[in-house]
Amino acid sequence: MNPALETMQAMPQAADYVRVLPEIVLSLFGMIVMLLDPMMDERQSRKTLGLVALVGTLAALLASLYQAQFPGRGFWNMVQVDAFSVFFHILVIAVAAVVILTSYEYMEVQKIRAGEYYGLILFGAVGMSLMSSAVELVLIFIALEISSISTYILAGFRRRAAISAESSVKYFLLGSFATAFFLYGVALMFGATGSTNIADIAEAFRSGQTSVLGYAGVALMFVGLAFKVAAAPFHIWTPDVYEGAPAPVVGFMSTAPKAAVFAVLLRIMFEAHAPGRLWLIWVVAALSMTLGNIGALVQENVKRLLAYSSIAHAGYLLVAFAALPGDGIPAAMFYTLSYAAMNVGAFAVVSHIAGAGERHVTLEDYSGLGRRSPLLAAILTIFLLSLIGIPITGGFFAKFYVFSAALQAHLTGLVIIGVINSAVGAYYYLRIIVAMYMREAREDIAAPSIPVGLGSALAITLIATIYLGILPGRVLEYAARSAADLMR
Amino acid sequence: MSTFDGSILTLVTFIPLAGALLLLLVPRRHRDIRVFALVVSLLAFVLSLHLPVHFHRGQTGFQYELDRPWIPTPNIHYHMGVDGISMWLVVLTTFLTPLCVLISWKSVHERVKEFFILLLLLETALIGVFVSLDLFLFYFFWEATLIPMALLIGIYGHERRVYAAVKFFLYTMIASVFMLAAILWLYANTNPHTFDFVTIQNAIRSGQIPNFPAAAFWLFLGFFIAFAVKVPLFPFHTWLPDAHVEAPTAGSVLLAGVLLKMGTYGMLRFNLGLFPEQSRSNSSWIVVLALIGIVYGALVAMVQPNMKKLIAYSSISHLGFVVLGIFSFTQAGLDGATFVMLAHGVSTGALFMLAGILYERRHTYEITQFGGLATPMPVYASFFLFVVLASVGLPLLNGFVGEFLVLSGAFRAQAWYGVVGATGVIWSACYLLWMYQRVFFGKVKLSINDSLPDLDIREKIALWPAAAAALVMGVAPLLWLNAIDGSVQAVLAPLSQLAKVVVR
Repeated sequence: MNPALETMQAMPQAADYVRVLPEIVLSLFGMIVMLLDPMMDERQSRKTLGLVALVGTLAALLASLYQAQFPGRGFWNMVQVDAFSVFFHILVIAVAAVVILTSYEYMEVQKIRAGEYYGLILFGAVGMSLMSSAVELVLIFIALEISSISTYILAGFRRRAAISAESSVKYFLLGSFATAFFLYGVALMFGATGSTNIADIAEAFRSGQTSVLGYAGVALMFVGLAFKVAAAPFHIWTPDVYEGAPAPVVGFMSTAPKAAVFAVLLRIMFEAHAPGRLWLIWVVAALSMTLGNIGALVQENVKRLLAYSSIAHAGYLLVAFAALPGDGIPAAMFYTLSYAAMNVGAFAVVSHIAGAGERHVTLEDYSGLGRRSPLLAAILTIFLLSLIGIPITGGFFAKFYVFSAALQAHLTGLVIIGVINSAVGAYYYLRIIVAMYMREAREDIAAPSIPVGLGSALAITLIATIYLGILPGRVLEYAARSAADLMR
Repeated sequence: MSTFDGSILTLVTFIPLAGALLLLLVPRRHRDIRVFALVVSLLAFVLSLHLPVHFHRGQTGFQYELDRPWIPTPNIHYHMGVDGISMWLVVLTTFLTPLCVLISWKSVHERVKEFFILLLLLETALIGVFVSLDLFLFYFFWEATLIPMALLIGIYGHERRVYAAVKFFLYTMIASVFMLAAILWLYANTNPHTFDFVTIQNAIRSGQIPNFPAAAFWLFLGFFIAFAVKVPLFPFHTWLPDAHVEAPTAGSVLLAGVLLKMGTYGMLRFNLGLFPEQSRSNSSWIVVLALIGIVYGALVAMVQPNMKKLIAYSSISHLGFVVLGIFSFTQAGLDGATFVMLAHGVSTGALFMLAGILYERRHTYEITQFGGLATPMPVYASFFLFVVLASVGLPLLNGFVGEFLVLSGAFRAQAWYGVVGATGVIWSACYLLWMYQRVFFGKVKLSINDSLPDLDIREKIALWPAAAAALVMGVAPLLWLNAIDGSVQAVLAPLSQLAKVVVR
């Protein structure tokens, strides 16, 4: 009997289940949330289900930490637990937890039904977590779909707003198109190398000549993934989708799925030794930084502004992918983490200021916020300074590591483009700070106070941003260790 | 005392920050916020006096050093230390900050707490710039000065404050990006990787950095652009008049008094220290820019209708002297440049305080709005005259010593440098004395000026130290120069092929 068939028929062992333990926990809690939802009235469900979902993410965090003690592969080499996957698990699940905290009061203000909302966040987190541990292209595809479908629906959650529906449909149509690209790439890859397992593909690429099919496969997969991280020239959907989607969801989908996709990209580009990496990344990174920053310069809507900023940040991050693996992988991981902290934080503030029906999202609505709500303004300022890349914030070291990794790889041209871009970028973030502190207050907007859920979300992201800005050493060390796992 | 010597710089740097953090906890309307800020800044000043008192003057190299690893990757150290040059700049900063607190006592009415928090944050960042010996730490403080300064201008400034704040921020931030690129290059090309100033300096001198000769010019330029914008050297000066005119008084005092010196200090420490050859080969065009700055700044100052703008342009002219002195590569020139930095900090700081005092009373800086002020405000007029004379460079006051040394150094380097530079002294006499005449002499033209109150006690307390310092620095410059001299020699040592002039 064929030995492969024999293994296929064997039952999964307990060890296999440990490899997907966080995903199991998240799914369980997702189902509990969905089941509890019909038993409660709407107001009660918002509070209770939010708490249940939060407990779910915390349990999943513990599961990830537990899982970290048993590195190895499971389910017939489809998932792999290593320091790298644990890093992204914790990142994605922590983002989900913070977003749940942010949504806690937001749901009340916007009068959104909570059951499916929290459920979808948890299911989305399942897909994203699985993406970071999957080492098999078909499984990666399935995980990508789980994650994407949740975010498509979440984008449309402000049911009464037409713009939200537009956002959801746009994201769905273009997103499915992009996943198709990815799937086609996987198929070509199978044709080129005879496998969909990343380790086997790496072997094939390393040993033999790379066929045209291989290049095409890499390129198509890259297109699909570049769409998901909103890298130019596949970024056109971003501002519209971010503008319409509920603000906490934007905080979620601009960080967690992106982190997961970057994890996949790191595996494909570095672990699988994908050919043609350098020029592909070079062009996309340079384009994303430039187009993102230029687009952001003229925005009056803060959500759109941050959407363009996220395009630019995807560009900075991709610079690390062009570097050598030893410096590039840790730099990319660090960037993902610190970007997640500052961006989720910024969107938490935005979602709070937006108020009922998300009416206050233009720059003008931020006028005089420094006077109306000094604390909120100060916190947002720190996130914005971090997005600019000013020292003592995580954003500074993130850019720093990425650019020095690129310099080590002698990509001086790309670094110059990046450095000029980050100087340009300072301008539009400053516009928000200027509005908050240097323009007259709008009297008709009430001074927002900071409720518990939001407050804890802000505290977590703020501490993370500043911790990464003052003591980045330990995180970077961990990232370097997990990069070593990846390059084995 | 040795442990204290190691931690004194840390203390002086971070006491204002600690004060700012404590202020955060104080209720917004509390009346003693000003007193608290004053106490904190005085404490920093008193502690900083430890530096010159216990400074070993015969010794070259850095003193009060502290070197601890901070971040393992990249290899960043918390490395602080001062020499005779940076030590005095630290003292200048701590000296001016309490005066800034005093002068802002009444002129800041709204968001008082935030104002003093920003002021103290700015002080920490400024001191940090002067004491950092790790390039990364230096860059960190360098960028950190931007935010409080921009906020001070943008929130507490005058009509066009937002424009001025944004212009200031973007201008100087974009320029410093080039410096960051140069710093990163140095880090990437040292083996083992390091940001340490002394280590990099030694590596460059002993030729241990392989690609250095090819990149040196660009690295020099990267640093130089960041510093030239900060100084500001002609033609990078356009942000300065806007920033000064719109800034609140305390902001102007620290901007002119200390912030601009970050640029000249940077040239001295990093351009000359790391790239002596490139500094020499590029000195001719830099000196020309400095000379243009001296003359152009003075001429533009002469026609300013706005008192504060006049002082701002005079700063461009005076800072031109500093750059001229630095790039003359003579002992006298560098001694003088350092001395001008300190003297300009004291006297221009005082000028801005005086202008601010007038603004508090009349809410205008227009020179035509005044005239004959010597009659209603005699004490004010005397202070003003004293400071103007110090700034003009009257012998026995502080402006004279530095400018004299710079010019004698410039003459040694190239006679025509000195000739053109010397005209700057004449120009400065012209515009300052002419301004003085228009504001103070003659009859009171506008009746509103008849009843202007003279200086009150608080304002006198703020002005006396500055005036006294101007006098002492003019009479006994050796108190300062004997510490500066040794450090300047150390800077000039690798440029030994140049003629050495020792002024005693």
